[in-house]
Amino acid sequence: MTRPTATLIETGIANIASVAAAFGRCGLDVTTTQDADVARRSGLLVLPGVGAFDAGMRSLDRLGMLEMLRERAERDAPLLAVCLGMQLLGSASDESPGVEGLGIIDAKAGAFDPSVRAPQMGWNQIRPDRECTFLTPGYAYFANSFRFTTTPAGWRSALADHGGSFVAAIERGKTLACQFHPELSGPWGLALLHRWIEKSLEAAPC
Amino acid sequence: MLTRRLIPCLDVRDGRVVKGVRFAGLRDAGDPVEQATRYERAGADELVMLDVSATPDGRGTALETVRALRAVLSIPLTVGGGVRKIDDALALLRAGADKVGINTAAVDDPETIRTLSTQVGAQCVVLAIDAARSAEDDRWVVVTRSGTNRTPLDAVEWARRGESLGAGEILLTSWDRDGTHSGYDLELLDAVCSSVRIPVIASGGASSAAHMAEAIEAGADAVLAASIFHDNKTTVCEIKNQLAACGVEVRR
Repeated sequence: MTRPTATLIETGIANIASVAAAFGRCGLDVTTTQDADVARRSGLLVLPGVGAFDAGMRSLDRLGMLEMLRERAERDAPLLAVCLGMQLLGSASDESPGVEGLGIIDAKAGAFDPSVRAPQMGWNQIRPDRECTFLTPGYAYFANSFRFTTTPAGWRSALADHGGSFVAAIERGKTLACQFHPELSGPWGLALLHRWIEKSLEAAPC
Repeated sequence: MLTRRLIPCLDVRDGRVVKGVRFAGLRDAGDPVEQATRYERAGADELVMLDVSATPDGRGTALETVRALRAVLSIPLTVGGGVRKIDDALALLRAGADKVGINTAAVDDPETIRTLSTQVGAQCVVLAIDAARSAEDDRWVVVTRSGTNRTPLDAVEWARRGESLGAGEILLTSWDRDGTHSGYDLELLDAVCSSVRIPVIASGGASSAAHMAEAIEAGADAVLAASIFHDNKTTVCEIKNQLAACGVEVRR
């Protein structure tokens, strides 16, 4: 029996070595792609991302990934978005005014309150809704300057606090978007990846 | 709320962990992967690996070490020490570093910070500043080339400039305190922490949890230490328990 494969979208702006290594530790094969068809067909799709919002959107547009990602979320095919990847699923970001996001999550990313350090760098305690499927309480590792503060209808979220409450992660069906880095969040983060992988695989057609 | 980070530092030369005082007198202190694994299990929040190799061969070995560390680590890894140009930084990130520390290269050409930050994001760019108390006046100057070169740059101003150029974090090492076990330079920390918005990692001089609690009180977001974890004098877990007892919010 072949091992399941996690497919990582390589936007060219993200450092994906840590994400790849984490899925490897979860017992998966890992492939990276810039091909929208490969991404569309993949069982487990991961949108990582660090860097700026406009560069991320430009990169996805150039690779022809925008419709593929919207359609994937629509049919609830497994999708994990990490850090900037989560913000790209949103509608816009104050980081890049005028640039449209994917619009999968109806929320706009804004900057942290000026009273706190930015980027938020380090471990913060997250508090999930009781109804969350994947998210559990724990410490998660963040490295971000922008974040959502609202949870749109139809989504479940986990909140954390940094100069006010913000959305640490959000989930709906088999879509999981984390503002933090599960791949850098120790055993707790790996357990989260395991839950997403298991639920995604169990629902996948043979 | 965001917890304060405890960051063990591995000074690595030719694939081995070493430790010296003020960047000199290096002695062997073990295998990096073995030590890193032990630190993560004991609750390290992050790791810094400083490549103190002196040769191009050593740099190649450092990339190998980064790959080996990445394969086992589920916490963030910052790598610095050998970054002379943008390509060095990109190679480290591709090998599995989550952040890269730049020091001398940034002093020689500050635009390096901006270029790197634009390419990989501010979150990946750590400006490493080695600061020494000025003999002439009441301030700190930046030292480079592993402490062999004193620049006229004011350390606090340089931190501010680094932030405006796109650094996402500052690793602030007191050249006077490094390896001395006499505690962090708290005045230096206070001066830098109150001048920038990006997080600051305190480095140089720690030998106890009390020193770390003082640094956090002075404004540090994270504390870095190397030698106190060598030779099993204490563990990351013990230090974190002591920090918590001092009222510091830590991940446990």
